Amino acid sequence: MSQFYTSTDHFTIIPAVMLALFGCAILLFDFLVFPDPRQRKYLLIFVALAEGFTGYALYRQTEWLTANGQTSLTGFGGSVTVDGFGIFFNWIFVIAAMIVAVVSYKYLEISGEHHGEYYGLILFAQSGMYFLATGTDLITLFIGLELMALTFYVMVGFLRTDKRSNEAAIKYLLLGAFSSGFLVYGFSLMYGMAGSTKLAVVAEAIRQRPLWDPVVFLALATTSVGLLFKISAAPFHMWAPDAYEGAPTTVTAYLAVASKAASIAFLLRIFMGPFWSAKEVWEPILSVVAVLTMTVGNLAAINQTNIKRLLAYSSISHAGYMLLGLVAGNDTGINGIAVYVMVYTFMNLGAFLVVVALRRQNIIGEDLDDIAGLMSRSPGYAVLMLIFLLSLAGIPPTAGFLGKYYIFLSLIQTGHFTLAVIGTLYVAVAIYYYFKIVRSMFIRESTEKAPMATSAGLRLALGVSGVLTLAIGVYPEPFLRLAQTSLLR
Amino acid sequence: MTEVPISWFLTLSAVLFVLGVAGFLFRRNIITVFMSIELMLNAVNLTFITFSYQLKRVNGHLFAFFVMVVAAAEAAVGLAIILTIFKNRGTLNIDDVDSMKN
Repeated sequence: MSQFYTSTDHFTIIPAVMLALFGCAILLFDFLVFPDPRQRKYLLIFVALAEGFTGYALYRQTEWLTANGQTSLTGFGGSVTVDGFGIFFNWIFVIAAMIVAVVSYKYLEISGEHHGEYYGLILFAQSGMYFLATGTDLITLFIGLELMALTFYVMVGFLRTDKRSNEAAIKYLLLGAFSSGFLVYGFSLMYGMAGSTKLAVVAEAIRQRPLWDPVVFLALATTSVGLLFKISAAPFHMWAPDAYEGAPTTVTAYLAVASKAASIAFLLRIFMGPFWSAKEVWEPILSVVAVLTMTVGNLAAINQTNIKRLLAYSSISHAGYMLLGLVAGNDTGINGIAVYVMVYTFMNLGAFLVVVALRRQNIIGEDLDDIAGLMSRSPGYAVLMLIFLLSLAGIPPTAGFLGKYYIFLSLIQTGHFTLAVIGTLYVAVAIYYYFKIVRSMFIRESTEKAPMATSAGLRLALGVSGVLTLAIGVYPEPFLRLAQTSLLR
Repeated sequence: MTEVPISWFLTLSAVLFVLGVAGFLFRRNIITVFMSIELMLNAVNLTFITFSYQLKRVNGHLFAFFVMVVAAAEAAVGLAIILTIFKNRGTLNIDDVDSMKN
């Protein structure tokens, strides 16, 4: 009988434990120490501490891996695997959670729903994401996914008296639960084939079956429904525009960035693990899904007048580009996905933060009209937004170009020329609708004069995102080296 | 005494799962839709238990317990959200909760 909870086990999950403990501490302190709503922003100290400890734990894990010359460290008999892949994605979650927490208090105060548990929920969601990026067991991955999803259902509906927020929450909840039903049905079939929930054992069992085995295909199809829903790929994207529009903008930013990055990590763990030997089966399916996702995202974004909805469709199309990296499936492609996720985090967070600042007393501030004349009102915000939008469109020298470059490079290396051409054509469409926002900011007259809702945290977060979006584009070497550490296999 | 073959259980769970999917797609009351999702999860539980029984291994049982935990948590969060919807709109018809369109 092996030991139940060893120090190695502890070492592999310590970041998630830290996040959960600090989340509980926030719930407790909010109730006992900060009954006055104006003091609630001091709860940010707990978030900062939690992220500090998490970051330190991730750093120690990296140190351990390099010191011992290992590529991975497994805990709990193979249920959790700490490797470069997991650590890389977790750094993204740390940065995204920190930025979102820092910008939230002003927005929530204006919306009249500034409650302490908000910060706790951010941390609980992040501990779910930790297991999505490091889990190598079907149970671990499922629990991580549900922990993240359940906290997001609550956060999306955080504005209790706002009808749009309610509606977004119920749509996200119903469709999310529906898709995880499919996902877990696929998991049950994988378990039936392998007799184990460990991804490595499942992979071996699938490898020994014939390529077009009906059970493998059924497991692949049902699991893919759940996975593609989570990254909002077409035809399972319907929830995204509604959830993004109705949720508080700070939550939208977290949902669009951290939740999507975690789901991409989850998708890679499943497709590069158990289903890797069936690549011939899923490659054509995923190509069609990727093209469909880019089509839906880019074409539907053209007619949007709500900025959050427009960015929602743009984030759907970004999911399509990330899938293309998996379709290519070589090292450049998988590495390209990591680069893309990193780049996407900063540029998309930045774009949503500008929308956060547009929310002022009695002004919802989500329409294209609300951003009109921003250049004459607050030129700093307008220029930053221009940088983020250029990056989202993928124009050099911003970071977005780099992300798309590696995806297209991998497609060409593996001979998927049609997909590369389609992807490039949709970049042109994307430029059109991003420049609708730019035109509104720079050319049109502003309709109201209320100043932007700024706070120290928001300015800091915008500065960080803006600098990184430019830095990754201008001087990419250190960031590329970082992404290289994340290669699976 | 003859045993019930494994395939019967698997077929039953597949049928239950499809019933849940059909309920989700065609029912209009939010509570009923929610119940359909629970039916899907219970169908999955039956699959896990069947495989677990056939393979004489315990981790299928474990997974079924985790699915139950998740279903309970989902019900708690879901019913809270449904309550706020009813408070703000006075309806539980899913077609009436669709104001964000363009």
